[in-house]
Amino acid sequence: MSQTNTLHKKRFKLPVFDMINVLIMLFVIVVMLYPFLNTVAISFNDAQDTLRGGIGLWPRVFSAYSYEMVFKSRLMLTAAFNSVARTLLATVLSVFFASLVGYVLSRPELVGRKFITAYFLVTMYVSAGLIPNYFLIKSLGLLNNFMVYILPGMISVFNVIVIKAFMQSLPESLTEAAIVDGAGHFRCYWNVVLPCCKPVLATVALWCAVGAWNSWFDTFLYAPNADHMTTLQYEMMKLLSSSMQTGRDTSSVFGNNSEQANIITPVSIRSAVTIVASVPILVVYPFLQKYFVKGVMLGAVKG
Amino acid sequence: MRKASLAKRINKSRSLYVMILPCMIFTFIFSYYPLTGWIMAFENFKPAKGYWGSKFVGLDQFRFLFDDFEFWRAFRNTVAMSLLNLVFGFLFAIVFALLLNEIRHTGFKRITQTVSYLPHFLSWVIVCALVQSMLASDGIVNNVIRALGITDKPILFLGEPGYFWWVVVFANVWKEMGWNSIIYIAAISGIDPALYEAAELDGAGRFRRMWHVTLPGIRSTIVVLLIMNLGSILNAGFEVQYLLGSNGLLVDVSQTIDIFVLKYGMSIGNYSLATAAGMFKTVISVTLVFGANAIANRFGETSLM
Repeated sequence: MSQTNTLHKKRFKLPVFDMINVLIMLFVIVVMLYPFLNTVAISFNDAQDTLRGGIGLWPRVFSAYSYEMVFKSRLMLTAAFNSVARTLLATVLSVFFASLVGYVLSRPELVGRKFITAYFLVTMYVSAGLIPNYFLIKSLGLLNNFMVYILPGMISVFNVIVIKAFMQSLPESLTEAAIVDGAGHFRCYWNVVLPCCKPVLATVALWCAVGAWNSWFDTFLYAPNADHMTTLQYEMMKLLSSSMQTGRDTSSVFGNNSEQANIITPVSIRSAVTIVASVPILVVYPFLQKYFVKGVMLGAVKG
Repeated sequence: MRKASLAKRINKSRSLYVMILPCMIFTFIFSYYPLTGWIMAFENFKPAKGYWGSKFVGLDQFRFLFDDFEFWRAFRNTVAMSLLNLVFGFLFAIVFALLLNEIRHTGFKRITQTVSYLPHFLSWVIVCALVQSMLASDGIVNNVIRALGITDKPILFLGEPGYFWWVVVFANVWKEMGWNSIIYIAAISGIDPALYEAAELDGAGRFRRMWHVTLPGIRSTIVVLLIMNLGSILNAGFEVQYLLGSNGLLVDVSQTIDIFVLKYGMSIGNYSLATAAGMFKTVISVTLVFGANAIANRFGETSLM
């Protein structure tokens, strides 16, 4: 009794510390959220009015014109379609292949398992580099080809290791029964092991999806001038780098609108594209973060 | 009991080979075969003549590379930004984890943590756009600085070479602080609560408990992560520097080895020199990674598992 009392007293001995700490955390929240909320406000504000500056967290003169322009642009629609398509396809395929390789490498009866594991592991550290890879992609005919978004990263060794570690933690009896029953390895993998791996597969799928959605460098390198290949992140990168260069107008992407009453400015368009390109992730991440966090721990244990 | 003969064992697991062989061939094509491209580093490579028809020049490209001041400048920038990112990235993540751990209200704690992850999920392009608008002359940072009366003229964060490395550090800390703190928060939650109680009974205050219980509790995690990260010192990142530092004024401080390779290879078309630079980077990185792994293994046994 007396002990809990002293503990209780001590707990409130330094309320100043707690107050400062809460303030620091509130500051962190503001620093993390403000730039984003500010961009949302600008994207919904009238473009001309935005130039006067001073937009905070709420639009001053509401206008959805920037979004209208974005969604009317053929290029932006292609970009959105490609972003979605590459994300879905890359996620499905890389989860399938990572789990397939993970399954094989987790089988103790595989003769030469050490060698085959090393064969995959080496590629995590030794990379030929930008130029040889470029020539490879070129010689495979993948320049300006949608498959360049899917194929090069299809077997991610890191994901293989994470999945393999998870499979090795499953009880031995699980697969033994299936093998004894005469099921082949593929059946055993597909029907028995995979259904038990849902948590780790979800984690890996999320990594793949976020990675695919966020990449722009492959477009930049392998299809810089092909309109049919563009993605949201690549369009965003073009908007950003032209404003970094000189601050000159980038509205050429959206046609010349001098005759229209509404004006569009690089700042407004950029804000709208920023939101369009990040909303899908922001909508899902708070709900799926436990899978991400679990993945970090898995990665750290193996890393 | 003796194991079955090798042939028998291989035969028994042949369906496993059927499953993995296509993947091995695939990996060969995309990861091993391009290594033959390193031959370009020893040639005066002309795309029209191919890998086998171009003139062999021995180590001339490397000699040229190591005499090139631009390459050493890129090397310096890479190492400098890596180290700054490493030091400040660790510092902020650890301090954030320590302070967050002291928050009592679970709901507030969880909200803070979730919000702190947000920038991690955004692409570098988006992050750079946000950082650029934060640091613009009429952005929030300059507004706050002016409101506090520190300067009356806006600071051109993105226009002056002197600030650039710090802008990169700022962008990295903003993007990854919350995410990197996850591992420390997990390590802290593994510390035996009895230690805190004992320290409390001994009269240790909040700071002393953080200093004498929490920090030692996560020390091995910190050491292992630090060593592992030293292994990737030549990967300073590429995207921030490319996206925010392409301005001509900043090239002197923003060009990293990756950007050097991109510039010489893709823009200038000097494929041999670019390959030599990339090869140099890979070889050093692999050496560092394996060295770091070896050291981390000595420290690591008790910590991360």
